[in-house]
Amino acid sequence: MKKFLSLFKKNKATGQRNTFLLLGTILTGIILLMVIVGVFYTPYSPTKMDASAKLQGISLKHIMGTDNMGRDVFSRVLYGSRITLIIATFTILIGAGVGTVIGALAGYFGGMFGEVTMRIIDAMLAFPSILLSLVFVSLFGTGTYQVAVALGISFVPSFARIVRGEFLRCRNMDYVEVARLQGVSNIRIIFVHILPNTVGVLLSSVMIGFNNAVLAEAGLSFLGIGAQPPYASLGKMLSDAQGYLFSRPSYVISIGLVIVLMVLGFSFLGEGIKRIQ
Amino acid sequence: MRYVLKKVLSMVLTLFVVSLCVFFAFSLIPGDPVTRMFGTEATPELIAQYRAKMGLNDPILVRYFRWFIAFLQGDMGTSYDYKIPVAGMLAEKIPITLTLAIMSFVIMVIISIPLGIYTAKYENGIIDHVISVINQIIMAVPPFFSGILLTFFFGVILKIFMPGGFVSYTKDVQGFLKYLILPAFAIALPKAAMATKLLRGSVIDEAGKDYTRTAYSRGNTTNGVLYRHVLKNAMIPVVTFMGMALADMVAGSIVIEQVFGIPGISRILLSSINNRDYPVVEAIIMGIAIMVLVINLLVDIIYRIINPRIEVEE
Amino acid sequence: MGNVILDVTDLHIEFHDHDKPETVVEDFDLMLEEGEIVGIVGESGSGKSMSALAIAGLLKRHALTKQGRIMFDGADLLTCDRQKLRSYQGDEISMIFQEPMTSLNPVKKIGWQVEESLRIHHREIDKKERKRRAIEMMEAVGLREPERVYNMYPHELSGGMRQRVMIAAAMIGEPRILIADEPTTALDVTIQAQIVELLRKMNREKGTAIIFISHDLSLIRQLCKRVIVMQKGNIVETGDVENVFRRPQMLYTRKLIAAIPQIDLS
Repeated sequence: MKKFLSLFKKNKATGQRNTFLLLGTILTGIILLMVIVGVFYTPYSPTKMDASAKLQGISLKHIMGTDNMGRDVFSRVLYGSRITLIIATFTILIGAGVGTVIGALAGYFGGMFGEVTMRIIDAMLAFPSILLSLVFVSLFGTGTYQVAVALGISFVPSFARIVRGEFLRCRNMDYVEVARLQGVSNIRIIFVHILPNTVGVLLSSVMIGFNNAVLAEAGLSFLGIGAQPPYASLGKMLSDAQGYLFSRPSYVISIGLVIVLMVLGFSFLGEGIKRIQ
Repeated sequence: MRYVLKKVLSMVLTLFVVSLCVFFAFSLIPGDPVTRMFGTEATPELIAQYRAKMGLNDPILVRYFRWFIAFLQGDMGTSYDYKIPVAGMLAEKIPITLTLAIMSFVIMVIISIPLGIYTAKYENGIIDHVISVINQIIMAVPPFFSGILLTFFFGVILKIFMPGGFVSYTKDVQGFLKYLILPAFAIALPKAAMATKLLRGSVIDEAGKDYTRTAYSRGNTTNGVLYRHVLKNAMIPVVTFMGMALADMVAGSIVIEQVFGIPGISRILLSSINNRDYPVVEAIIMGIAIMVLVINLLVDIIYRIINPRIEVEE
Repeated sequence: MGNVILDVTDLHIEFHDHDKPETVVEDFDLMLEEGEIVGIVGESGSGKSMSALAIAGLLKRHALTKQGRIMFDGADLLTCDRQKLRSYQGDEISMIFQEPMTSLNPVKKIGWQVEESLRIHHREIDKKERKRRAIEMMEAVGLREPERVYNMYPHELSGGMRQRVMIAAAMIGEPRILIADEPTTALDVTIQAQIVELLRKMNREKGTAIIFISHDLSLIRQLCKRVIVMQKGNIVETGDVENVFRRPQMLYTRKLIAAIPQIDLS
């Protein structure tokens, strides 16, 4: 814990503070806290409609106003953030998990297998990720789980590439040679000996991946593909709100700002972790 | 020349693999196309008749080659829902999406190159710090939200932009281009921020290399070293990034077209995904894939022109 | 005694990029006569390269202080304005460096780089004449097929060829002073000898004075008449090369001599 806290202090050698880490931790902390609190308590029910309170502005009663069906926007944002975060988490779990295994095998064994795998990975990387996820969505169908899987698969290539690079770097190092001489199995070398050494790089890519996953999920649900009503994720809420831009701008902008803060938090955290190393 | 030929060959190969993946993926989806076409009106006789007519009973590889060759000849199949050729449905839409992507690209280049050079030249100055903060923020704003914000600012506050006032290029080219400016900015801004950051870092990196000392020793001014020596070297990674950005912009237009109500390929793509109108989805994906591959080819060629070392590196 | 063209007195260089200022050159003096070759020898960190960079006007402007005088052509290179300094750089004073691999711009053609000083300082020379002179110079430094090399890129040349290109680029303006900072260190022994021979030829044919910097006393002995021995930023010994070689006054100089690999001829 002490060591953790010292990361936020000024670095004595360079006299610089890791501002990115500090801001990232604060922003992400606030959002996570709100989402967790939102599981147990929301000011209003996120789905309760109230025809007499449509499209209200920002007030003490409704700190982000109400939507076109009279639902409390803040309560819905708490709920929507949760869905967005859950999908992003699944995306990263699938992307980082599968990507790490593929990258590790391709990097460690190399040869024909590694070469072919990387060709496919590179070809996939050349395609814009939103297009890739759209392809998978059109194969799997729309819906919360489908979107999580589709996004997850489209995140596999970038993780595979990063992990492969790390394994290429590590596979001929002394400690690996020693383990091999001692007759340790390849699988054990990959996951027990080499993998822990790639954690640093992996962690900062996970953070950056998180920020991309939130963006991608918001993009897909903005297009109406993803979590279905009445429980909308942030992107869907934003596209619903867009129609009221002229009559009630605060409705749209408050939802958009939540997405921005969430992405900003993760991107700062990613940048901050990168700077520790 | 041999280099270009090699790249073209590899592009054709990739296209072949992509088309194979697309075709098989969509063939493996459960559900019979004929049943899908006729819905509840489908009778066993009708299904059998159409299956034979469409050649659906042939082996999958035969169907693949028939589809691929037809695709190359411009026949992209028939929409399940509209019962009209897909090529015709897309012909008018593609120029819109492409124009939007190219405009975004131009905006990105115009913003990021001067800004990247400036912030590198005055590294750690006030403007450099201000721009790096703005960059961080812009990168966190998804294009669809910046699109909404731009609409709000120019539409609601300044009242110089009419959302929904899209005019087709067939009617009024100037009005068409004018309407696309804001959407293009929405797509371009985050990419411009990234390109600025990349170019700044790249220029600073290159400026620390030995050859700049040689350049100074010959009596070059700071600007002489920057523009005649450093810039070309610094552009090498930026060109790669910009190529990827252009491909992203083609795809990114899909979202932005929704925000601004632009009738490009986005609407057709989304409705056909939702309605499982697979021939249309296949055609659009293949179309974008071809665009991406052509962009990659162009980037490779430009890369070869500015980086003479490439032959050694390969 | 010949005509003195460069007169360095009391040169001080101090770095400020750490908490305590660090003196890297102290009380450096150097008089260079027309057409002379002077050697500066010392271990790495002795301040020899820093002194050379100061004379060439290539010290970075921030995080260091410079004192003393570097008189050339009636001007003090340490204090004169940058425009004046630039008018000498590459035209009157040229420099070549230790790393021929990285000292050339990787994305520019050889010919373009060789011609650069002419392009900067002699705008009156047209493109055709520039190319003619570049090819002539490239031939003079012993580059075979200069017409072909003219259109090549640095990565297509070997280290020795690149150093020849560097010399051609430095000599094209027929400078009065050529500063060579360890020009042979990164090259293998046979190429070293060729480059040293080339520098001597340039000195003889063009009358260019050379400041030759090396950690290798034997190379200095081959090329120079006069030598300056530096240690930790100070000049510890100076004088005729043969005298220094035969009767070194300082223990440090003796060590440098002892470090030369002996070839047993018997």
